Parts: sequence; structure tokens; C-alpha cells
Amino acid sequence: MGIGIITAAYIVAAVLFILSLGGLSNQEKAKRAVWYGIFGMALAIGATVLGPGIGNFQYLVPLVLVGAAIGVVVAQRVEMTGMPQLVAALHSFVGLAAVFIGLNADMSLSLAEAAIEAGTVDELKNFAAIVAKKTPVEISIMLVEIFLGIFIGAITFTGSVVAFGKLAGKVDGKPRKLPGGHALNAIATLACIVLGYLYLDGAGIWTMVAVALIAGFIGWHLIMGIGGADMPVVVSMLNSYSGWAAAAIGFTLGNDLLIVTGALVGSSGAILSYIMCRAMNRHFVSVILGGFGGTAISTGEIEGEQVAIDAEGAATLLEDADEIIIVPGYGMAVAQAQSAVSELTNRLRSKGKNVRFGIHPVAGRLPGHMNVLLAEAKVPYDIVLEMDEINEDFPSTDVAIVIGSNDIVNPAAQEDPNSPIAGMPVLEVWNAKSVIVSKRGQGTGYSGIENPLFYKENTRMYFGDAKASVNQLLAILN
Amino acid sequence: MIIGTPRETADGERRVAMTPSSVRQLSKLGHACKIESGAGEFARFPDGEYVDAGAEIVGNANLLWESSDVVCKIRPPVESEVDLIRGGQTLISLVYPAQNESLLKNLNSRGATVLAMDMVPRISRAQKMDVLSSMANIAGYRAIIEAGNNFPRFFTGQITAAGKVPPAKVLVIGAGVAGLAAIGAAVSLGAIVRAFDVRPEVAEQIESMGAEFLFLEFEESGSGEGGYAKPSSPEFREKQLALFRSQAPDIDIVVTTALIPGMDAPKLWLEDMVLAMKPGSVVVDLAAERGGNCDLTVPDQKIETSNGVTIIGFTDFPSRMATQASNLFATNVGHMIADLTPDKDGVLVHDMDDDVIRGATVAKCGEITFPPPPPKIQAIAKPPQKAPELTPEEKREAEIAAYKKTTREQVAMLVVGAVLLLAAGMFAPESFMQHFTVFVLACFVGFKVIWGVAHALHTPLMSVTNAISGIIILGALLQIGSASTLIAVLAGISVLIATINVVGGFLVTRRMLAMFQKS
Repeated sequence: MGIGIITAAYIVAAVLFILSLGGLSNQEKAKRAVWYGIFGMALAIGATVLGPGIGNFQYLVPLVLVGAAIGVVVAQRVEMTGMPQLVAALHSFVGLAAVFIGLNADMSLSLAEAAIEAGTVDELKNFAAIVAKKTPVEISIMLVEIFLGIFIGAITFTGSVVAFGKLAGKVDGKPRKLPGGHALNAIATLACIVLGYLYLDGAGIWTMVAVALIAGFIGWHLIMGIGGADMPVVVSMLNSYSGWAAAAIGFTLGNDLLIVTGALVGSSGAILSYIMCRAMNRHFVSVILGGFGGTAISTGEIEGEQVAIDAEGAATLLEDADEIIIVPGYGMAVAQAQSAVSELTNRLRSKGKNVRFGIHPVAGRLPGHMNVLLAEAKVPYDIVLEMDEINEDFPSTDVAIVIGSNDIVNPAAQEDPNSPIAGMPVLEVWNAKSVIVSKRGQGTGYSGIENPLFYKENTRMYFGDAKASVNQLLAILN
Repeated sequence: MIIGTPRETADGERRVAMTPSSVRQLSKLGHACKIESGAGEFARFPDGEYVDAGAEIVGNANLLWESSDVVCKIRPPVESEVDLIRGGQTLISLVYPAQNESLLKNLNSRGATVLAMDMVPRISRAQKMDVLSSMANIAGYRAIIEAGNNFPRFFTGQITAAGKVPPAKVLVIGAGVAGLAAIGAAVSLGAIVRAFDVRPEVAEQIESMGAEFLFLEFEESGSGEGGYAKPSSPEFREKQLALFRSQAPDIDIVVTTALIPGMDAPKLWLEDMVLAMKPGSVVVDLAAERGGNCDLTVPDQKIETSNGVTIIGFTDFPSRMATQASNLFATNVGHMIADLTPDKDGVLVHDMDDDVIRGATVAKCGEITFPPPPPKIQAIAKPPQKAPELTPEEKREAEIAAYKKTTREQVAMLVVGAVLLLAAGMFAPESFMQHFTVFVLACFVGFKVIWGVAHALHTPLMSVTNAISGIIILGALLQIGSASTLIAVLAGISVLIATINVVGGFLVTRRMLAMFQKS
């Protein structure tokens, strides 16, 4: 297959990727958009494999098949609540691959140089052959690109592994830092830059291995320092990094499709992080540098007491209500209560009540986390509304049901200027005539601050595991 | 502890501070209950029911006072009762210590601990023992019932074959608990209800009950400490009266509930307003006990004026609904005793650090502890300051300023970007610049595309971008054919994990999207 055809295939693939991302503007188009992505990817890989300079098919084909099989198994086995972990884990693969490919590029460069000295350039195959034709300036630019690819790739790798651990509950969700904190990160980054400089000076591949290790440390330390509540932003940011790593590798290899796709993924991840930070009224930099989830500034002393309610009381409230809004949070995901909640919704709707869902942009541990869970439980998506769409409806709502969410319904964000979440937009459930809060215990949310909502006069605390609680309600509402 | 309740001695008082259900409530806390024979008679609680609930009936008041550790009653004790109190005994009742200084001194001189149910601070935690609210709620409801009883027309408007009946118009002055209860009762009977209060923050509560808030254009808030009203300035008062005067000819029923803590009731419904009302109209003055809001009110009596307006000045509305009132009062007292018995073991712990208990305690072990320190919490949160409305010109100016600002920012970014690109172009070779063009354009496309993605699809977006970032497999593919084993092995691993990423990512995205369904 000629270079021209490959390039044409790459252009088509790039267009398909753009359509695939753009198609996510609504649920119906999105189903088609995934196929664009799949087709684009197949085209890109097919064209590359059939192109010149690809060898070792005896290894290549089994590797692809095994990888694909693992991918299928993983994708089918994963629980919808385990989605954040899976995405984080997959990011780490991209990071690791970028590191390997960067190191390979350097080794290919050495091969090419050796060949030039020995006068056997013509015998070189594939990438090394391209490298051998480069001018000295191009070579040094390539070295910078290798450095960037390895640096970003290593950060993505360890960062994603830590994010996976935190989301899967295998690593403590609390922010942790080594003594020295950000200074340590700064020193490590500086060390990488120095190593990079040495590398450009011809110091050899050991500098790049060192950069990979040090950058790996930075990724680990950086994400360890970020609290669990900020994980949605972190996952999105790592997504962005994996894109940039791919783009840097694309430059190294002179592959435009890698560049285009990497840049698409990189910039979309960055924008997504930005959108989410804005939803939480936080600065991107302060999220990335972490420390929010740890020490709270004001825990918000609250006057009053929590009034508990039992299943029957809650059921009576629901029976009497016409307008109901359900606000799910991470607690619903943890308790796997989405199906029960969906059943509750059906039951209430069949009684002629208007039941809707209010979703906060940062509910859960991943952007759109709640939407996915509710969709899994077959809650129709046209009754699932965003915060801005539903906030003004709370005053005309009879009952707001808060299931396992805490910080996103905390009135302190509006009322207490000293609160660490002051100014964050929240769902104003307390404006409803009554609020039922389904909650495991009297503890605080991820941000570790008290929630005055629980002490409001119109709030009833329905303690217990979300799934068990909703099932009890269902038994009574029958 | 033995908790005892005597029969109320005041004339016409029908309530009782202990009910069979509160006896059960108190027994659960580990207390024993005694009640004077016949104490619940007027509230329709016969002695037998108390015995069934586990209380002991005591023949007369003297015996009861003698044998009880804690005495609960409704009205402040009269002289003969004060003489029965002994040192170390605890009294829980209404006391009104600000108005009854000598009573407080006498009680204190006998060494009793006195908890005044009327001094419970108005904070959320203490609402369960707020007898003033419980009683005011009854008074407000009963005020409308009494008014209806004396009003010669329907409350609701009706169009019948026998003619059209206009709805009654009710004005409620003072929207405390009683006022709001009155509004609720009147609205549910079908009347047109208007309400006024000097505290602007209760407008929302008035409207929530279904009444119209009469708005007074004046720069003064009548909110005092603890959610109560405070006296208003003469200018404000004049405006207020002018408002009432304009309403008087139109209104059929007036319910006044205006009280300021520790003062006589303000005169708000003056004689000329009564004279301006239509014959058959009714004024119910809930402030009659403290002098009345209406000029013509005679406490404890119902009178009719020369122009046929009925003015009701009863001071015993709660007592007129003795069963209900006793139930609420006894439950409030029960909650107070529950807070005093934190371990539910029948032992009173008088914790003076507890805001509620401190506030209610007016005398303790021979020491007068009234007045308490002011409550720390405001009963009603202040409404947030509204941003001033912008005029169209100001809006326009703000828009232009915002437009200029974004233009400046964009131009600055473009200039900086162009300079950086030029600098790069000066040094970098052509091949690099070609790739760079592609890179920058792709960044821009990604930037533009993502803004359009629906919020609900952020997770599928992340997972599909994740799958697409598996494009890094191309890099590995290009290297796997290398002659060097190390390179081939590393490239092989990369191919493997990148494939997992691609396949897993796309399949998971599909699974997610397949679940989205329309109802």
C-alpha cells in the first residue's frame, strides 16, 4: 500500500474521530458516533499494518488478538459503578505505551546512527530508516519530543494507577503528601529538565530512563495529594495527558494521525476538566495541586438536631406528594441502589406523580457518573435534568429525596462564606416542602464538612444503606 | 423523680399540663407520675385514663405538692401555690418573669428551681418545647372560628341560584405563629386573606400560607431579637396606620396578633377604623391580655359597637380548645423533661451550659437566673440582599464593556500565540512546522467540539476519548518490525496494552450509550 493511500486513510480516520467526539452532543446521535470512532480506529490500524516497513507479523497478530480479547472481557465484566476505575486504568496503558515507544524511538536513533557510521543505511528498516534521513536540527527537535513523550507518558501512567487505586478503594481516598509537598514535585520536575538537557547534549538513553522514573514519581505524588472528591477532575485531566503523550509521540514518529488524535484527546480532556472545575467553582490549578479534601477551614458549627424518619413516614410523605425530585449522589453508586431507585421512580410515576432527577455536575466520582448509573437502571433520560434546569423548580416541589449525596446539596455553599465549599453551585433541595435524606450514618461528606441541610426543619433523615432503604420504601408503597 | 401535676386553679382555665399520653412519655424516661384528682376533667381526660397510663391519682393539691419532686402546671402559680413549694423542688410552668417580678422573687425565696416554659429560646432545637408557639397556633385557629361564629356571612364566595355571595375579606395583623395559623384557617375556609407584619422577612411565610402580604414602602425593618418584632418609629407607625385606615372599609374580619416582647400591645386598630368598618364585621383581638391592639377591646369580653362591629377580646382561646391545648402543652413539657433526663434513667440533670435549659431556667437553688444571656442564633435567617436592578443603559454599558474585554483578551492571546509561532518558525525546520500546523488545528477542533457535548454524556465522552487515545498503537506498530529485539519487545507490549485500551474503551462506551433510553 502506498504512502498516498495511507495518508488518505489517516485523513478519513481523523475526520471520523472528530465526528465521533462531536456526535456526543445528544444521546441518539451518540450511538452512531461510537461507530464512527470504531471505524476510524480500524481504518487507521489497518492502513498502518498494511503500509510499508511493518514486520514481525507472527508476533503482531497474536498480540492484537490477545489484547482485543482482554479488552472485550474487561468491558463486559465491569460493573457500571466501576466505570471510573476502568477509565483510569485504561489511561495508564496509554501512558505506559508512550514511555515504551519513546524509549524505542531513542534506540532506533542509535541504530540509525550506528548504521550511518557503518555505511549500511540502506539495510535499515521502518522507523530507523526514516530517522537516518533526518538533519541534525530535526534530530534535536526529535530528542525534545522524545523527552516530552516519556515525561508526560510516565506521569499519566503512575497518576492513572493511583487514581485507579483511589477510585477502586484500594488506596485511601484522603489526600496524602510526602514532606516537602509541592516543593518535592518542583524539584523532581527540575531534575527532569536537567536530565532532558543532558540528553540533548548526547548523554545517552539512561537519562530518559531516569526521566521516566522521576516523572513516574511526580505522577504518583501529584495524584496522591488530591482528595477523592476531586477525582472526576483528575480522571479527566489524565485523559488529557494521555492525549498529549500520544501527540508528542506523533511528532517523534512524524505521524500526523497520532498528532491529530492526540491533540483532539488532549484538548478535549483539558476543556472537560475546565468545565468541571467551573461547575465546582474551583480553580483548575488548586484542584491539580490538591489539598482540598484534607483540612477543612470551617467545619460549620450547626445549631439544631437531625430528625429521623422511618420507612413508613417517608412512604407517607411520598404518597402525599405530587412533585418529587430525586437527587442521587455517590452514596447511591456505592450502595448499588440505582435499580431500586429506578423501580421507586416507576412506582411513583404509575401513581401519577411527577418524578424527576436533579443531577449535579460533580455528583459521583466521574463527570456524568449518575447519568450512566441511572441509564443502566433504565431511568428514562428525559426526566433526568441538570442542576441549572431544575434548581428553580424546588420551591414548587413537594418532596426532594436526597440519596447518598452530601456536599452537592449543602446550603453552606451559599450561606457560610467561610465554608471551604463557599460559592460552589449546589442543588437547592432545602427549598422543597420537605426533604428526605437517605444516608448511611451521621458522618460528613467527602469534603469533611457539616451539612446544615440535615438540621433544617423540613428535612427528615432516613438512615440506612441506600439500597435497603429504598427497597423498604418499595415494600410499603406497593 | 416523681412528677406531679395539680388541677389548675385559675378561673375558667380548662387545660391541664399532663395527659395520659405524656404520662407514658415520662414513664419511658424513668419518672413516676402523680396527678391531682379531676385535674384533667375539663380537658376531657378522666382520672381512669391516667390510671391506665400508669399515673397515681392524688386526692388534693397539698398532698400532690408535698409528694412531687417536679411540679408541672400551665399557669404561673398563685400565692397559695407558692406557699406549697419547698426548697429543692422543681417547678415547670408558664412564669412570665419579666411581668411577674414579685412572683419570681417569692418563688426564689422558697429555694425552688423554676423553669419558665415561656422563656424557652426561639431556636430550632428548642421548637419541640416551645409552648408559646403551640398555644399561639391554637389561638390563631380559634380566632378565625370565633370570628366565623359571629360573622353573619359565608367565608367563601359562591354563585348560587339565590344570588351571588361575595367572599369574606380577612385582614391578619402580625404574622407570628398565631397570625400564620389564622391565615391558614381563614384561607382554608375560602376567605380572601391579607396580612401585614412589620418584619419584612416574613412576607414569604405569609405568601406561603396563601395570603397576600400588604407591602409598606418604608426603609425600616421591624425585626428585633430572637425573631420577635421591635417597636417602630413614629413615622413608620403613621404609614402603617394609614395603610390600615385605607383597608378598614373593605375588610370584614380583622385578627390582630401584634405583640412586642416585654411591652404592652401596640394600638394598631384605632377607633376610627372600627367605625369605618361595615356592620356585621368582626374584630378578634388576640393581644387582649396585654391591653389589646384595638382601641375598643375589652379583655375577656365580646362587645358590639354602635355601628354593629363585634369585637372579641377573649384571652383564653387555647383554653377553649382544652383537649388539644393540653395535649400540645403536655408534649412540650415532656420534651423539656426529656432534655433534662439525658440518660433516660429518671434522674434530672440540670445542665446550665445547654442554651435551651439555661434560657428557660429563671431561678435555681436560691438564685435568680433571669434574664438569661441573649440567644446566640437568629430565629429567622436574613434574606439575601438582592442585586439592584440595572437600567437598560447600564445593561447596555455592561454588555459593551464585557464585549470589549473579551475582544482585548482574544486579541492579546492571538498576538502572543502568533509571536510564539513565528519564533518557533524561525528556528524549526519545515518538516516540524508542517506537523505543528496539524497539531494546532487539531487542538482547536477538539476545543470547539467538546463545548457541544451534553453534560449527561461526559462519562461516555471520557471513555470514547480514552479509546481514541489508544491510537498510540500506531507508534508501536511502526516500531514492532525493528531488527532490535529490545525495541520489538517493548513495541509488542505497547501493541498489547494499546489494543486492550482501544477495544475495551469502545465496547464500554457502547455499553453505556446503549443504556440511554427515552421514556
